[in-house]
Amino acid sequence: MKGATVASRYGGVFVLAVIVAVLPWFLPNSFYFDVVINSGIAAIVCVGLNLLIGYAGQISLGHAGFFALGAYSSAILTDNLGWPPIVSLGSGLLVVALLAFAIARPILRLKGHYLAMATLGMGIIISIVLNQEVDLTGGPDGMPVSSFSLLGQEVDSELGWYWIVGGSLIITVWLALNLIDSAVGRALRAVHGSEVAAQVAGVDTTRYKILIFVVSAVLAAYAGSLFAHYTGFLTPSEGSFFRSIEFVTMVVLGGMASVFGSVIGAAILTALPQFLTVFHDYEHVMFGLVMMLTMIFMPKGLLPSLRNWINKRTS
Amino acid sequence: MNFVRYICTLIAGAALALCSFIGIAVADTIKIGSFLAVTGPASFLGDPEKKTLELYVDKINEQGGINGKQVELTLYDTGLDAKEAVTFVKRLISEDQVDIIVGGTTTGETMAVLKEIEKAGIPFISLAGASVIIDPPKKWVFKTPHTDAMAVGMVYNDMKKEGISKIGLIAGAGGFDKSCMKNAQALAEGAGISIAIAETYGKGDNDMTPQLTKIKNAGVDATLFCGFGGPSSIVTKNYAQLGIEGPLYHTHGSCSKGFIKGAGDAANGVRLPCAALLVADQLPDDDPQKTIGMDYIKAYTDKYGSDVSTFGGHAYDALFIAVEALTKAGTTDKAKVRDAIEATENFIGVDGIFNMSESDHMGLSLDSFKMLEVENGNWKYLY
Repeated sequence: MKGATVASRYGGVFVLAVIVAVLPWFLPNSFYFDVVINSGIAAIVCVGLNLLIGYAGQISLGHAGFFALGAYSSAILTDNLGWPPIVSLGSGLLVVALLAFAIARPILRLKGHYLAMATLGMGIIISIVLNQEVDLTGGPDGMPVSSFSLLGQEVDSELGWYWIVGGSLIITVWLALNLIDSAVGRALRAVHGSEVAAQVAGVDTTRYKILIFVVSAVLAAYAGSLFAHYTGFLTPSEGSFFRSIEFVTMVVLGGMASVFGSVIGAAILTALPQFLTVFHDYEHVMFGLVMMLTMIFMPKGLLPSLRNWINKRTS
Repeated sequence: MNFVRYICTLIAGAALALCSFIGIAVADTIKIGSFLAVTGPASFLGDPEKKTLELYVDKINEQGGINGKQVELTLYDTGLDAKEAVTFVKRLISEDQVDIIVGGTTTGETMAVLKEIEKAGIPFISLAGASVIIDPPKKWVFKTPHTDAMAVGMVYNDMKKEGISKIGLIAGAGGFDKSCMKNAQALAEGAGISIAIAETYGKGDNDMTPQLTKIKNAGVDATLFCGFGGPSSIVTKNYAQLGIEGPLYHTHGSCSKGFIKGAGDAANGVRLPCAALLVADQLPDDDPQKTIGMDYIKAYTDKYGSDVSTFGGHAYDALFIAVEALTKAGTTDKAKVRDAIEATENFIGVDGIFNMSESDHMGLSLDSFKMLEVENGNWKYLY
């Protein structure tokens, strides 16, 4: 019994680790590396966002804001103030954690559409600040970011970034799985089921909601920081409303309340536009079509639907 | 059993994700790569650029290609997303293995990809405006549009001719606006112009009356507006409504029919420097740009039935500078093509006459601008 639990909890992480370890041998050139690295970065955000949306049942339409805050704080602290990248990264995460903590309490009192509106507003405010503070952020035209370096070792190869992002993703997934299987995870699912019932059962719902909001914001900021150093150039579009929607779509497509679903959703939505370029002018139509068909035939998202299907077949 | 099922699901999911990667065949042609903001907020720039590239690549192939080789255009739509631009540039370089890249609709997209371009060492001609792209010059990076500093220089020349010395400035918050305003302030002293007042408005503002009222009260001889897009029309309308004395100057950011349509009658009397393309039919017959401009206008309107814009002109010039360099180099060797682009001399394009050098990767001089005035809702060529 215990063996089965360990297997179902860590089997997935193991498979993910094997895929991450083997994948570089199947990637022919730097373009494929780029798509995989961008997928990995998006996956880190989505795993965090899924904790909030899929498990705790709270919506956020402003997560690109946290992503951009992480990215820009890394960029500004490293390039304008000359801090070491790793220190900038840490400070950026701290700032985002504090900010998320400060706004979580008032925002998470809201429910449904109102919560969606509030997080949307928050994302837009961050986006406006990034656009307007031209001296700090370079405004709409963006700003360059120097390479990531640790202990004097500069990371500038695609393979180096691949290992950093891949490793970060494995750790993120492992942390998320542990969190879900802990008391916190159970409390979160209780909040998702019925907040009143959870309160009656003695769950401090506010505390858990704030906790998970901060965790998901920090993960988004961490991914943003990696992205900034990896791409080497930032524009405010990273914090735009559309980017937020993209993250939510990845979570929904992959499957709510499915950690690996988020990873797969992020990978597909990052790679799909590249694949669809063969349709030229109809690229966006095809993109919309894929999304609609997935939602019509797999309303629970890709991974949970697939799992149901395999379960049916094998039993 | 549960575990096996679980693993099966994950592998199936991962396979699904991997399916999204598919390779592309290779043939013996000259490959020109491009990434443009065909959709999204900058589509009024990217769309004519795309149409121009497609139109002329077809024409070149009909005429036998370059050095007997057919030209293949690989074009991706970035939707004005810098992240996509970087991915597409990597794809053009390592997957499509193009010989040269022509593209980058806006300054943001262009700046985002420079690191990749320089790392890979591939000739790149940008279609974006800001001077920061080529100043300081980067080994592999060139561009065709005029810079904001040149537009300001041209406007100041015209002001001196008109005997104007005290002016007001108004600009928005965008990158082009800021850069233009900075250049306007830096160049003023040398040109003998004094800036009495400099006002800015925010992104998305739809009424500039407060800023213009201050300019009116400062009692200036003329006003220079730095910006493009929607605000061009709004500022012009407000300027007319307030009845401010003296002419209103714009930069080449307003060189599109859209500006005149938006501002209506208020646009009459606005003076601005633009590429010769807009007034090709009014140029004197001995002007070297007349023929090329008229030919481009005819080819474009015959094919697409819509008005030409200077943005498509930037793409035209970039494409033909690339073609000339590829022809001269006689090879697709990247370093040789780059050297050939840098050696571009007396190239007559729709934007002007290009003379590039090691220190100038754009190659246009001030006289490539034509001074225009809006008259009865149309462009009038001044000089």
